[in-house]
Amino acid sequence: MKYIEQEIVLKKMNVRNLINSLFKGIFLMAVVITLLALLILLYRIGSQGYTHLSMDFLTNFASRFPAQAGIKAALVGSLWLMAIVAPTSLILGVGSAIYLEEYAKKNKITDFIRVNISNLAGVPSIVFGLLGLTIFVRALSLGTSILAAGFTMSLLILPVIIVASQEAIRSVPGELRDASYGMGATKWQTILKIILPAAIPGILTGAILALSRAIGETAPLIVIGVPIIIQFLPSGVMDTFTALPMQIYDWSSRPQQEFQAVAAAGIIVLMAVLLFMNSIAVLIRNKYHKRY
Amino acid sequence: MTMNSSAITSDTVMEKELGNSKSVYKTNQLNLWYGSNHALKNIDLDIRENEVTAIIGPSGCGKSTYIKTLNRMVELVPSVKTSGEILYRGRNIFEKSYGVEELRTRVGMVFQKPNPFPKSIYDNVAYGPRIHGIKNKKILDEIVEKSLRGAAIWDEVKDRLNENAYSVSGGQQQRICIARALAIEPDVILMDEPTSALDPISTLKIEELVQELKKDYSIIIVTHNMQQAARISDKTAFFLNGEVVEYDKTDTIFSNPSDKRTEDYISGRFG
Ligand SMILES: Nc1ncnc2c1ncn2[C@@H]1O[C@H](COP(=O)(O)OP(=O)(O)O)[C@@H](O)[C@H]1O
Ligand SMILES: [Mg+2]
Repeated sequence: MKYIEQEIVLKKMNVRNLINSLFKGIFLMAVVITLLALLILLYRIGSQGYTHLSMDFLTNFASRFPAQAGIKAALVGSLWLMAIVAPTSLILGVGSAIYLEEYAKKNKITDFIRVNISNLAGVPSIVFGLLGLTIFVRALSLGTSILAAGFTMSLLILPVIIVASQEAIRSVPGELRDASYGMGATKWQTILKIILPAAIPGILTGAILALSRAIGETAPLIVIGVPIIIQFLPSGVMDTFTALPMQIYDWSSRPQQEFQAVAAAGIIVLMAVLLFMNSIAVLIRNKYHKRY
Repeated sequence: MTMNSSAITSDTVMEKELGNSKSVYKTNQLNLWYGSNHALKNIDLDIRENEVTAIIGPSGCGKSTYIKTLNRMVELVPSVKTSGEILYRGRNIFEKSYGVEELRTRVGMVFQKPNPFPKSIYDNVAYGPRIHGIKNKKILDEIVEKSLRGAAIWDEVKDRLNENAYSVSGGQQQRICIARALAIEPDVILMDEPTSALDPISTLKIEELVQELKKDYSIIIVTHNMQQAARISDKTAFFLNGEVVEYDKTDTIFSNPSDKRTEDYISGRFG
């Protein structure tokens, strides 16, 4: 008596193949729909914005007249913002992740902290804006400066960076730690030379997603009182500034039709900045990408 | 008084059985718990210099736990508690003042699964010397060559030292790991089933290597392969359920074991 009858197997084979191709189709459709939506978005923005895109657009300050409106202050402001947010959030985020994964004892308290960091990632950004307003703008009297906004944005994206870094650190094989400790390396040497290099690709993936969010957020900036129209460039981190999403939001909410094209041009600049950040991340990732 | 004299007699008996070479590791009444799991029970073992000591026994009997206790790697498991003492060259490794890093510089370890770092072959072998502060490129070059030669892999990799260590075969990776352990110029090498993930030819190479290495190092090797223990070791300890059932010259263990359970195990009746 055989348990597997060839005839029955063959009969069911057709159905199995059908289901197999059905699912392939479903997944393909998902990709096509997503890409299509993205393409339409890009086309709309591109076709609207390219007319206004020029060197002048990058070098002019904001203006009441659409034809002269430029993005200089916002672009430079956003770069300043990133210069604060990237190091602050990376140092604090990766540091916390290293502590939680490599140093902290596994107990109820650290479990509680771990769960709640993930929950923080879901808190609306406006709440972080209020936090930043209370702590940085008022209590620490930083005012509506680049520094205050940078710290606020860092807090906002910190949970995402911590969680992504924790995942990346946890996925470093335990055998590599064993090998390092087994040779008399200290914990810090093991972290610096073995764990971090192996975890960097994962950490960067999370960090770039988080930084992209920070560069596109408006709500926390509005709450801490970042202005829109600014006719000068900041000369230091204590200066006030404006940022790309604020400027874009302002243009797109103006009644004149011409400003819609200006807004679209602003979005193109924002996307170019994102693309630039992403390519840096890919470069670093490739440098560290090694297989086990 | 009575305690003392009995200790002396048992030592003299040991001396007769194990020969009078120098002792490297002396384990006295070692107990170890993982939480409430009593994994090692009253272990007494006297491990000698420039010999290969094999640890055999069915899986789960505590072989890995014991060997990882010798360089205190077992303490990476948070729930571990120990009692008793392990004297390494006469000094108790559980002493508060004994730094684990110091101990592990004297005692190298090779693991079951080859675990090179995702770095070049050169950087793998130079890892140990570098963390201990050697920066001079010329000295590092010499250490790397000497260690790779010592692990009988120099000729196979000398032209590809800058390639990723994962680009060579599993057997070669394991020998690179042995070279990496040799590079810290240890006194003892611990090996936890170093050939269990390898093909027969690579296994043979590592067995020959172990024979070669014992001239300069003391080697403690865990193996679940009894033929391997018989082939390469001078002394064999048979572990069962966390206890040492029998510890003797390998010849004696395999030809004339004194415990019925040892006989059963080596004749393949359980395990
Ligand atoms: N990390 C650990 N945590 C808890 N228990 C463990 C751990 N490692 C081993 N043990 C337990 O200790 C006992 C001995 O295991 P081990 O030393 O790995 O045996 P062997 O190497 O002889 O197969 C087993 O009962 C095992 O379940
Ligand atoms: Mg084991």
